[in-house]
Amino acid sequence: MSGSDSRIRVKEVDGVTQVEFIDRNILDEANIQAIGEEIDRIIADSPSPKLLISFANVDHLSSAALGTLITINTKIRNRAGKLCLADIDPQIYEVFVITRLNQLFDIHESKEAAMKAFA
Amino acid sequence: MPGSPMSGQVSLVNDRDQINAVQDLVVEQAEELGFPNGARFALRLAIEEAIVNAFRHGHRGLPDDTPITVEYTISPERINVAIEDRGPGFVPAAVPDPTLDENLENPGGRGLVLMRAYMSRVRHNDRGNRVEMELLMPDEL
Repeated sequence: MSGSDSRIRVKEVDGVTQVEFIDRNILDEANIQAIGEEIDRIIADSPSPKLLISFANVDHLSSAALGTLITINTKIRNRAGKLCLADIDPQIYEVFVITRLNQLFDIHESKEAAMKAFA
Repeated sequence: MPGSPMSGQVSLVNDRDQINAVQDLVVEQAEELGFPNGARFALRLAIEEAIVNAFRHGHRGLPDDTPITVEYTISPERINVAIEDRGPGFVPAAVPDPTLDENLENPGGRGLVLMRAYMSRVRHNDRGNRVEMELLMPDEL
């Protein structure tokens, strides 16, 4: 599903689309926009998208990336789908806490825990 | 010389390689002077947000190759970074608080919150086209 210039890895597991980032730093606006567009296509392909985004490989995340996540969350909710986030490093999780986005997103410690939320 | 203050000034345009290079320069010098991982994470994030704000908001309507200036001074006690753009400036107090319930789903406007949360001190000049940030060495490493 991911092309050679893709910034994400995508796989389907039990009806859930699992997304991982290729880059360790999610900072570059052009890359963030490309990630948003790739995920937009995933959302558009499903009548009720179930998406799990893993941050397992991510060291740095900017507010621009948070903005894209918010937009993704809104689009999925508008299609009666579900978005979960998982594997967030404690330093990055603090960014979610500072911005209070930990209260907006459904965040789980691990992919396995998040998968149970889709059941 | 280890322990001596280091300082410099860099001019850069809105190019990801140049932005990364100035972040690496400051963060690596902070590491040399013993700033711990958490402080370096904070520093990189705050510089990223300030630079992106300068180009995206400060330089809106200006030619793409309009440069900003990054000044830094790093000592074993503190890091000072100033980022100045060539735009007309803005009023920080007029930026809506993105942590309020009614703004939580707005995609933008979190850069300033992160800079203020992670730096020991953040101030803007009167014109609003220059931000000065200070990060003190944490008491406990």
